Amino acid sequence: MVSAEVRILAGSGVCGAGFRAESLEEGIGKRPHFIGCDGGSTDPGPYPLGSGETAFGRSSIKRDMRLMLLAAQKEKIPLLLGTAGTSGGHPHVAAAKEILLEIAEEEGLKFPLAVIHAEQDKNFLKKCFKQGRIKPLDPAPMFDEETIDKAERIVGMMGEEPFLKALDNGAEVVLTGRSSDCAIYAGIPVREGIPAGIAWHAAKILECGAASVEQRKTADSLFATCRGDHFDVEPLDQDLRCTPQSVASHSLYENADPFRLVESSGTMDLSTSVYEALNDRCVRVSKSGFEPAARYTVKLEGAEKVGYQTIVIGGVRDPYILRQLDGWLETGEANIHKRIADIYGDTITRDDYELNIRIYGKNGVMGPLEPQKELTSHEVCLILEATASSQEIATSIATIARHKILHEPIPEWSGLITGLACTYSPAHIERGAVYRFNVNHVLEPVDPYEMFPIEYMNVN
Amino acid sequence: MKTIGELAKLVRSKNAGPFVMTIDIMFADSETYELVKETGVLNRRMVSEIYHMSENQVQFFEVDNCYAFKISIPRPYFQGDIRDSDSHAGQQYAPFVDLLVPGT
Repeated sequence: MVSAEVRILAGSGVCGAGFRAESLEEGIGKRPHFIGCDGGSTDPGPYPLGSGETAFGRSSIKRDMRLMLLAAQKEKIPLLLGTAGTSGGHPHVAAAKEILLEIAEEEGLKFPLAVIHAEQDKNFLKKCFKQGRIKPLDPAPMFDEETIDKAERIVGMMGEEPFLKALDNGAEVVLTGRSSDCAIYAGIPVREGIPAGIAWHAAKILECGAASVEQRKTADSLFATCRGDHFDVEPLDQDLRCTPQSVASHSLYENADPFRLVESSGTMDLSTSVYEALNDRCVRVSKSGFEPAARYTVKLEGAEKVGYQTIVIGGVRDPYILRQLDGWLETGEANIHKRIADIYGDTITRDDYELNIRIYGKNGVMGPLEPQKELTSHEVCLILEATASSQEIATSIATIARHKILHEPIPEWSGLITGLACTYSPAHIERGAVYRFNVNHVLEPVDPYEMFPIEYMNVN
Repeated sequence: MKTIGELAKLVRSKNAGPFVMTIDIMFADSETYELVKETGVLNRRMVSEIYHMSENQVQFFEVDNCYAFKISIPRPYFQGDIRDSDSHAGQQYAPFVDLLVPGT
């Protein structure tokens, strides 16, 4: 690898979201020093992390992984795959590893593989908590030993160092558990002498694939070339264009602060970045900074099971009911709770279940943030949502809720009314286990490798 | 008077991690951006009023190099938690679209 220039091909924003095979080919033609791609994030919510499942289907992941693996092996360049299987816990890494080995077998590929784990041992976390090495971010849920026990799993987000260590030990393909998306791309250029500010900013642009183009059509590959004091970025689909604004604005995406992006080893400072068009589809970026962290930290992500959920979907069209919707539902809700108490007595109290009624047409999308208070729709959609410690109880509560709301009277009508248009039969839908994120903290490790054991194997 | 929706090239919202959401309001050129900036119609106080929260919960940025305003606020419920209504926080920007910009 030369030190004057580091060329990087990002396969896609997420392994499984896809890219044009032609774009990857185009990128390979520009002779990249390595290919990178992450496999997920917290974007799909707490379910994948809690359940151990992947957000994209196996076939989607396999298609993307196959094309990148074949390209990297043909060119004899490293392939770095971060955050395996959406969340990067043990089951996610195992699923992605299985796919990778399956492809290798099907294609007759042989290569040294490193698999880096990121799911954290609960006793290790408890020890660190006692030592005061786990610190809250803002806003953070309550964290103590019970949080650790209740979590289905907690993963640490690795930095660039474990990737580099795996490469130093001979790996050609590196598959990791939860990792910083940017760390996949920043480690190699920084080590090759590219200034950290340039390398990390390029990594930030690369990690979303072709998201930083002017008119995004679909997920696609992206190419960046890092040199002494700048990097150039361009899309690989000739119909796509990067403009100074499209690249600059990517620092806004999914970040709370557009100027300062925190990583394990330091903070990107993009407040001084300069963007210039090299032509109508390629942008040069310079003057980005990176401040090394005073203390190395690893971000933790965890999910715990909230319970099991059953929902009922239905609609209301009667103008009389709609005129008094809030009061009607309030009475209905009280009657649901009363019926549950009649059935279960002390065995299930109000603390043991959650009943939530969503009103689409009123504030179903924005909830408490909705500024418009007045109901203007001629119909509303209701979702009656019951969450409890077992699926059976959740379903029992949902069926009670359906029946109570279905026949909840209003003063304008005498006799039995049916005020809810149920969408399905049976009216209820069992949603299975539901989870919540329960950690927004960082851990101060002894070194960048402590939390991320590396497993080496020769695939043949 | 024109609305933010008519003047902007992009108004969007998204999670910034599971605990914070962020809103981007971007303009096609510096003239429109500077025009909106000079009116002062977008500011921390009006954001706090739209979302019923205190001003110190609102992060407000003017991002000159991409002609954009950026607003970050805590989520009312953590992403995917019970009662969360927008897992990606993708539709929370709506109140800005029809906001009138004085002098346009």
